[in-house]
Amino acid sequence: MSVLIILLIPLVATALVCIPLKRAWPMAVTVVANAALLVLTTNIAWRLAAGGPFVSAPPVWMLKWISVDGLGALIVLLISLVATTAAIFSIGYLGHENLAPGKLRLYYANYNLFIFSMVAIPVLAEPTLVWIVVELTTLCSALLVSFDNTTEALEASWKYVLLSLLGAGFALFGFLVLFAAMQASGSSQPYTWSGLIAAAPRMPPVLLQTAFVFILVGLGTKVGLVPMHTWLPDAHSQAPSPVCALLSGVETTAILYVILRMFPVMQAAPNSHADAWAILLGLISVGTAAFLLLQVSDYKRMFAFSTVEHMGVILTAVGLGTSAASYGAMQQIVAHSVTKSFCFFAAGATLLVVGTREIAAVRSLIRRSPAAGAALVLGGLAITGAPPLAVFLSEFSILKAGVTQSRYIVTGLLAVFIVIAFFGIMLHVNRIVFGASDEDRTDGLEDKPIDGKKHPDTPSQQSNNPIIQQSVNPIPLSCKLALVLASVPVLLLGVYIPKPLHDLLALAAGALTK
Amino acid sequence: MSGATGQLLENLNALAGGLFLLAAFGMVATRQARGCLNLFITQSLLLAASAALLGLRYGSEHLYGVAVVNLISKPIIVPWLLRKTSPGEVYTRREVEQVLNIPTSLLIALALVVLAYFLGRPISNSVASQFRGPNIAIGIAGLLLGAYTLTVRREALPLLLGVLAMENGAFFTGIAISRNLPMLVELAIATDGLIVVFIMGVLTRAVQKHAGTTAVGELATLKEAAAESPAQAAKEEALAK
Repeated sequence: MSVLIILLIPLVATALVCIPLKRAWPMAVTVVANAALLVLTTNIAWRLAAGGPFVSAPPVWMLKWISVDGLGALIVLLISLVATTAAIFSIGYLGHENLAPGKLRLYYANYNLFIFSMVAIPVLAEPTLVWIVVELTTLCSALLVSFDNTTEALEASWKYVLLSLLGAGFALFGFLVLFAAMQASGSSQPYTWSGLIAAAPRMPPVLLQTAFVFILVGLGTKVGLVPMHTWLPDAHSQAPSPVCALLSGVETTAILYVILRMFPVMQAAPNSHADAWAILLGLISVGTAAFLLLQVSDYKRMFAFSTVEHMGVILTAVGLGTSAASYGAMQQIVAHSVTKSFCFFAAGATLLVVGTREIAAVRSLIRRSPAAGAALVLGGLAITGAPPLAVFLSEFSILKAGVTQSRYIVTGLLAVFIVIAFFGIMLHVNRIVFGASDEDRTDGLEDKPIDGKKHPDTPSQQSNNPIIQQSVNPIPLSCKLALVLASVPVLLLGVYIPKPLHDLLALAAGALTK
Repeated sequence: MSGATGQLLENLNALAGGLFLLAAFGMVATRQARGCLNLFITQSLLLAASAALLGLRYGSEHLYGVAVVNLISKPIIVPWLLRKTSPGEVYTRREVEQVLNIPTSLLIALALVVLAYFLGRPISNSVASQFRGPNIAIGIAGLLLGAYTLTVRREALPLLLGVLAMENGAFFTGIAISRNLPMLVELAIATDGLIVVFIMGVLTRAVQKHAGTTAVGELATLKEAAAESPAQAAKEEALAK
């Protein structure tokens, strides 16, 4: 039953926030609903990790397709975690904008619908239904991406919708062929993920491989794998920061989860090349993102590219195929979700303080706002895998798994790209937070005391300074709270993985390898 | 079902398939947005016809369901939703400058159809004989042509119709090879399609209000212009003065 409640909570919250009451009402409803969701999913994950049976809904009508196993529980747990912190962050982030009440309700209604569509992905076990909710995630978040209603945001939203739907079209074809493969295998199993694994050895290989390639490319578009990634930095940078945290932190992993579900099916079938596909696309994504990171000009885009990089790392790890690598991939999924959401909160706090997304326009943030500066540094270090933080541990276990398997070329390339990405991101973060010395020292001596006036002489300063100095807003309390809450798993998971989480990760990794 | 009737139904289905493909070509070649919409509706009707014919041929009630869903959602609800959400301007727009001119486009479309044939053949060979037929390759062609439309069009409405045409293509194959899909899934997918129309319509309206055009493909401010962008901004500011 509890599985049904997971789906019901966001829907009820959507209905509740539409009631026109005070401004605080939709905010409070969303925070409470998502916190309740978090408690519920933690409970389910806990029970599964302790060796409990799969959690399913009563087997009637379409409810028979609802069930959660270890992998699903991990994803749904992450979604509800980020949904909660992002809901808290939204309060301060939107609060200062003085939005019309209708627009505020629209935001929260969309927000909760988006959460619904995301939690439905791991909860549903029937592939075509999963396809439907995957498409729903795009549609529910489209209006969130364009929420700022600037030309750029609208452009980003159009690109996002168009390319995601293009991918979804290919994926739909893939799922239909997969259904045909299931039929052709003569299996009497239901069309679910586990039924597919059971039927895989008798499926015609052509059908299975066609289905896999179409699903990989189609859903890969929405995950942001490299040849199809072009929309991602736009959408993930133009959306409001809490939405970015959701898009980048958990939406991508939720969609990647669907692709990962195909791997045990492919492994059960004779001579499939799923692993090679995964490593190829994964490495291309990591490599391209690493080099693009060096030349970004917008710090939110920077974190968006880092998402492309991480998706590539996870896919490569899954492609390595051993249980150690799969465990690393699961660890990376967790680390990515908690860290990336933290990064976007930090970026959002920075945006609130300085009012621009341009890297070139922000210098010496640490002096303007120590909190935002510190958060950005921590975020940058955490997301690039500096020890002793969460991503470091997960990337380390992936590389270790690669080396023990003697896959030196793949591991070596992965390590090189990760290091390049580290320098790319830290270069920019360092400039933003501590960068006063470079540009400001020449003219900064006279500039600093009369803070608030721009320099007429240098053209670069001219274009940059007015933006920074007109607004040094304080960071709202709720945003600080969200930052603190989000930083806890980032710091903790680098040094210590609690036993239940370890069991859950092992369970989830077990679902990936046959 | 007697052999002759079965043969007739299959021939009629092949005819519907041929016209379906023709409609897909038409959508690549038509400049007028309204013409595109009409072709899309024709295509959806042909999809419904094919589903009904196959349903009759193999006695599958489920395919009748698909036909009915298609008859209601695409020719009736989609145009209605479009009128409600998107600005009237989208209908009157004519794409003068496509990325590629129409003869080139048609040649590429032709190449895609040949590709679809080669993609469809192995699939066709590995399903049971009752699932074979012209639908597989034609559906893939519809999918690819829809995807192609998405990459070359600039106007909002043809782009939106390209998305829906891709779905039509996938389904045209689907009604042949995976016809036992639960009805509920079918309904849910159709509903998703309508939400697509709604959301894209709303976005188009917003774009038109902001940028004064529905040529969404021409929006191109977001890209990686790392080195130039601050300098460019400075230059523009200098010019403004």
